[in-house]
Amino acid sequence: MSALPRAHELGLIGCHVCGLVCRDAPVPDAACPRCGSPLHRRKTASCARTWALLIAAFILYIPANVLPIMRTASLGDVDDNTILSGVVELWVKGSPDLAVIVFTASILVPLTKFLVLATLLVSAHRGSAWARLQRARLYRLVEFIGYWSMLDVFVVALLTALVQFGVFSLVAPLPGVIFFGLTVVLTMLASMSFDPRLIWDGRSDDD
Amino acid sequence: MRGMSVPSHAGAAERAEVPAPLLICEHCDTVYRRRPLARGETARCARCGALLERHHGLGPGTMLALVLTALVVFVEANAWPIVTLGLNGEQVSTTLWGMITFMWKQDAQVVSVLAAGTLFFFPLAKILLLGWVLLFARAGRRAPGFRPVMVALHYLHPWTMSEVFVLGVLVSIVKAHLYFDVVPDPGVFAYAVLVVLITVFAGIDLRRLWELVPERPA
Repeated sequence: MSALPRAHELGLIGCHVCGLVCRDAPVPDAACPRCGSPLHRRKTASCARTWALLIAAFILYIPANVLPIMRTASLGDVDDNTILSGVVELWVKGSPDLAVIVFTASILVPLTKFLVLATLLVSAHRGSAWARLQRARLYRLVEFIGYWSMLDVFVVALLTALVQFGVFSLVAPLPGVIFFGLTVVLTMLASMSFDPRLIWDGRSDDD
Repeated sequence: MRGMSVPSHAGAAERAEVPAPLLICEHCDTVYRRRPLARGETARCARCGALLERHHGLGPGTMLALVLTALVVFVEANAWPIVTLGLNGEQVSTTLWGMITFMWKQDAQVVSVLAAGTLFFFPLAKILLLGWVLLFARAGRRAPGFRPVMVALHYLHPWTMSEVFVLGVLVSIVKAHLYFDVVPDPGVFAYAVLVVLITVFAGIDLRRLWELVPERPA
């Protein structure tokens, strides 16, 4: 046994909901005695679920970026904005710092999530011992930054409600924003269904 | 603090619960023996570096006071308008619910539902459920429905996005400022306070409430 024993080596199981340390009884449908949630060593069908959600999120991410998310109209002059053109507009018209924030939240964060989760899934599936600590850190980063992508959705919603000056100026949401909102929710669900314990499973010849 | 001592096999009874004060890292399943933490101390997993536990300075009374403050501020943030725009002397302002209902009418029901959930229903549920549990915890008792409430709080946790909305308001103000007169309304300040409270709560591991209020003998 290594110096840092893992739960299954000691016949233990940690409740995923309340954290209680339980004995790993070989009964089906074991439940946590404290919170009543089902006990399992690893999240159920973690890899399959994460792949499914991640692929679904990626498919929706394409229309989210290609389709415009917001229409601004003033005195007959109609302008449809995509996520990227919104960032460019912010940059050009005077606030590059905010443009960087929006770019990070709307484009960099979702792309990072796709890349990181796919990497984690492939390496966990192969039981790879490569850069485990760094992969564990990447997972925690993805969990932490995930929901900030909702930023652009809220911006469109708020501007739509505010800019209602009839023919003078009008903002309306366009389908892209719906796809984008769904992408964010799906990537959040994907990172939740991935089990970081899998990073440390597999061949443990390194520790 | 790194690397707590490793537990030996504790000969326990037939119960599923393990009596020794053990702790399992949620991110990699490493088992540790628990150790009381001094003020400001945090325990990190020696294998994967995840946070295991941190010292808790706040008692249930203090936490309840913070939750009640959050409730008051939350009501204000929702009741008061957030921003007012002006163009040619005409003014438009909106509240959170104004925004949600407007998105619904604009055929963006998905966005409307997402905003209603993450900015209104989930944060409100979190505040109310936490307040309910703490109200009884202050007296050292478990609230009625303690178990389902604690499980619900666990699942609600990732789905509250008020802090993202505040950044969204800021971005909207800057974008709108190019074309309109923008006046921030009291609602946005209430939101700012709410974000401070959310940050305070983010540092509190609610799971310790399970231990803080022991189960009543049936």
